[in-house]
Order: sequence, then C-alpha cells, then structure tokens
Amino acid sequence: MPDTIPADSVGLVHPELLHIDAPITLDCGRSLPSYDLVYETYGTLNKHASNAILICHALSGDHHAAGYHSMDDKKPGWWDSAIGPGKAIDTNQFYVVSVNNLGGCSGSTGPLSIDPETHNAYGPDFPIITVSDWVKSQTFLADHLGIQQWAAVVGGSLGGMQAMQWAMSFPDRLRHVLIIAAAPKLSAQNIAFNEVARTAIKSDPEFHDGHYTNHNTLPRQGLGLARMLGHITYLSDEAMHEKFGRELRNDTINYDYGVDFQIESYLRYQSESFVERFDANTYLLMTKALDYFDPAQEFDDDLAKTVAPIQAKSLVISFTSDWRFAPARSQEIVNALLSENKEVSYAEIESYQGHDAFLMPIPRYQEVFKTYMQRVAADCGVL
Amino acid sequence: MSLRLDLQVISDWIPDGARVLDLGCDDGTLLHHLQQRNISGYGLEIDNSKFADCINAGVNVIQADLNQGLPQFADQSFDFVILSQTLQAIKRPDFLLAEIARVGKQGIIGFPNFGHWQCRLQLALGGHMPVSRTLSNEWFNTPNIHLCTVHDFEKLCDDKAISVLNRSIVNHAHKDTLGTKLLPNLFGEIALYQIKKKP
Repeated sequence: MPDTIPADSVGLVHPELLHIDAPITLDCGRSLPSYDLVYETYGTLNKHASNAILICHALSGDHHAAGYHSMDDKKPGWWDSAIGPGKAIDTNQFYVVSVNNLGGCSGSTGPLSIDPETHNAYGPDFPIITVSDWVKSQTFLADHLGIQQWAAVVGGSLGGMQAMQWAMSFPDRLRHVLIIAAAPKLSAQNIAFNEVARTAIKSDPEFHDGHYTNHNTLPRQGLGLARMLGHITYLSDEAMHEKFGRELRNDTINYDYGVDFQIESYLRYQSESFVERFDANTYLLMTKALDYFDPAQEFDDDLAKTVAPIQAKSLVISFTSDWRFAPARSQEIVNALLSENKEVSYAEIESYQGHDAFLMPIPRYQEVFKTYMQRVAADCGVL
Repeated sequence: MSLRLDLQVISDWIPDGARVLDLGCDDGTLLHHLQQRNISGYGLEIDNSKFADCINAGVNVIQADLNQGLPQFADQSFDFVILSQTLQAIKRPDFLLAEIARVGKQGIIGFPNFGHWQCRLQLALGGHMPVSRTLSNEWFNTPNIHLCTVHDFEKLCDDKAISVLNRSIVNHAHKDTLGTKLLPNLFGEIALYQIKKKP
C-alpha cells in the first residue's frame, strides 16, 4: 500500500471497457458474436496518434500493467518497473495501452463471461483462443482509440510471442516490436510443464469438468498446484537459493508433513493468493494458447519465411538464467530476422532471476530497454 | 567527430551502399560512421555494456560470441565482414577467418602486429613477453591469446586459399612511414588486410 504515490508511478489508474459488437471468427473455427476488451491507458495520445505503445501480457497477467487502482493496493501493476514517468517506457512521451487478452479472467470476455446464447457462463465451453486471435481482436481496440500504427508493441514471455505475432500479422500497424524472454514456439519440455499444470487442475475433484461455478466451488488445489509448478519454472535455482535457501519457517524441523521450509510457505502463499484472483478455465486456455503458438508451422517450419513480412524494427532480449525460454530460443527469432535482413538488435542480459527476470529492474536490461525506447520516441516524432 | 585512423582506413575500403557485418563492433562507432554513406548491416558484440551507445547511434547490434563462428549467416550474404582488433582474442582465429571468408564477399581484418621490432626486442633482449602501446596487457591478464605477425597472418591466408586484395600497415599513430612500407613486419604496429576467398 503506498502512503503516497511514487513520483515515477503513473499514479491511480482505472480500467476501461470496450464492447465490440461484431462477431469474430477464431482460429479454432468457432466465433464469438460480440466481446469485451478491458484495458488501461497511461500517458497522453499525441495529435498524430503516433506515440502509442501496446503492452502484451504473459500467461497470468492482465491489463493492469502499471500504477495503482486504489491507495489500498499492496502492489502496483505487474510491469510497473518498466512503465511510468522517466522509466523505460516513459509515460511522459508515450501513450501506453495495456489490454487483457480475450479468454482472460480480468474483465475481457472469457470463460467467466455470460454466453449470450445460453445466458450461462461459458466456463469450459469458451472457445480456445490463439495468439493470432488476440492480435486480431486487439486491432479493433486500436481502431477505437484512433491508433492506425503503434509506435511499438512490447511484450515479455507469452506477451513477447504476441508482440511477434502483431509484427507478422499486421506488419504496417507497428513501427517497432520488442520481443522479450520469448520463443518462436514451445519446446516439448515447455508443453510438458503445461500439461502437468492442466492435469493438476482437471484432476481436482472440485473442477467438475470445468463447471465448478455451477457447483459454487473452485478447483483450489489443482489451480494452486499448477501455479506452484509454474512459479518454480519462472525462477532459477540461484534465485530460489538467494531468496529462501534452506531457511526454516519456525527455526525448527517438525518431523511431520507440514511446512518446514520458507520456500514451502512461499509456494503455498503464492498458490493460495493466485486461486483467489485467477480462473482455472482461463489458465487452461492460456496454456493451450502457448502450446499452440507456432507461427512457422504454416511455412514448412521455416521461421525465416515466417518473419519475412515483418516491417517493424525489432529488439529481442533474453536472460542468461531463463531456462523456461532460454536465450537460444530468442536467438532462433533473431537468426530468422537476420536471414531476412530485418532491422534487429539482440541483447542477452546477465541475470540470476530466471524467466521472471524480464519483470525485474536489472540495470543493464533497463539501460538497453530505455535506450531502445528513446529510439522509438525519436522515430515517432516525440523527441 | 574524427574516426580512429584504422577505422578510417577500413571505411575508405568500403563503397557506398554496401552491406556489412562488423564483428566485435564495440560501441558501434564504425557502423554509425558508415551509415552516413548508406552502408547498412549489423554489429556483433559479445559484451553488451556499450549496447546503449550502439542503439543510440541507430546501429543494429547483436549479442554474439565470435568463438562460435557465424552459423546464423548464409554464405556470401554480406559485401564486407569486418574484424578490427579482435582476431587475436579469438580462440581459433583460423576458424573465424574461414567463417569471414565464407559469409563475406570480402573481409577486412585488422590486428596488432606482434612482429613489430619493439615486441621482438622485448622478448629477445628483455626476455619477457612484450607489452606495447597497442597491446598493453601483461601475459597473465591479456585477452589477446593468439597474437600473430604480419608474416604469420599472410601465411594463414595462403593456407586457407584466401587472397589479399589490399594491405595497410601503419605505426601506432596509424601513419605509414618509410619503415612500414619497406619492412612492414618489423615497423608496422597495426596491420589491416582486405581479403577474399579464392574462387
């Protein structure tokens, strides 16, 4: 809870809702008759609408990327380290738009929403959404806001994949793309982790095949377990050691199956707080969107051919300790861009925080990120 | 801003509009300079501490370890591949030289000449590993693990079926003197070569 709002914060913000009253046909073949997108904006759109930045969130993220919803908030938005006055994405220069993806559970149409045809919540019957569906749906938000071309589309992890998809699907609608801690597709190991998470959720007796709300319950155990597993893969051994080591919660070993170590307590806390804010069906959907992301598939697995339409200039960033989306995966993206002679820069940031490093204020990362955004600012005429 | 003289020589060898790869691009000075003449390409650099300078200068910089070669680039995909003052810090200079000749239609290599008379004198008479203006590290902390002479380099090119198109051998002030002209391996401190793979 901030007593006062920090000077480099975007301050108190509130979400806005866009209802799009037009059907959207999805990659899975199904369609939604209409849908809502919830989003936040920070900064001011300039006269030519040339300074707009789109933020793409990761698996469990949402539209609340920066600032506070109220003075009672314990924490600011999920990417507050990067967005704000004077920060890498400087809200004194840019108009930042952050949107909750379709299928999410924070206000955009998703499994928790009411299906206009059945007047019940979609629940597990909500169609599977892909990364390109997200991009397509968000073009309508851009249109609504009067943004013909983003100065940059920026995302980390799954958000990085989405940013990349923007550049491939709508090459003329962005000038720059920042692909951070991402990969051109998931590896078998990545999919395996997702499958364990899904199995945890689906095997919870309270899951009821996804109809848990009809039973006035939640698959707390399953979703919590999925979150614990996810969390472990977002950190590194070193980061966990640094934060917890083998520290005991009560200075003594209990010789029972309760919580002895701080790391156990931390994981339990993470899982318990997560189940209060996140929907299990959305978690299933988001992991599937990740698994299915493989833009090169329709180009005979030729990633260079896949990125060929990209017109945006790119910055790709990876982190040395990220084993979920290792630097080698980012290099695949970079190499594809290089072989197509695209404008691209690539930095591999020394870090110990694992995949989560992309959310951390690591000085070299911030320096490269901020400098690149200054180039974006110069390109879009706000410098 | 005036360019370091060896970089000026390199720049003079590259025609307007060329596509170049600058290996070990440091803060992007050379590429930034070349961009004024519509010369485009990428800088490769293992150390990201000066990436902000590169990005600021509008230089596309890619973090990469040159010891791994240039597997991300296709054969003959650049007009020029430049390696300035870095060859001696590479684990296998012969491998990287072959990579340069593969990826570049031409290569430009600059390195400190270890055959310079001061180096020779320090080892021959002083009995210690040479330390010079261009090579200021001690033997135990130097990143320069594969030093060579003008003679050595030309022999390597010959062995690798690489022809020398152009050569500029200068002293520490990057001037060519009578000495560097007559006895380059003895009087040259910095050697610059324009090379090409033999057909």
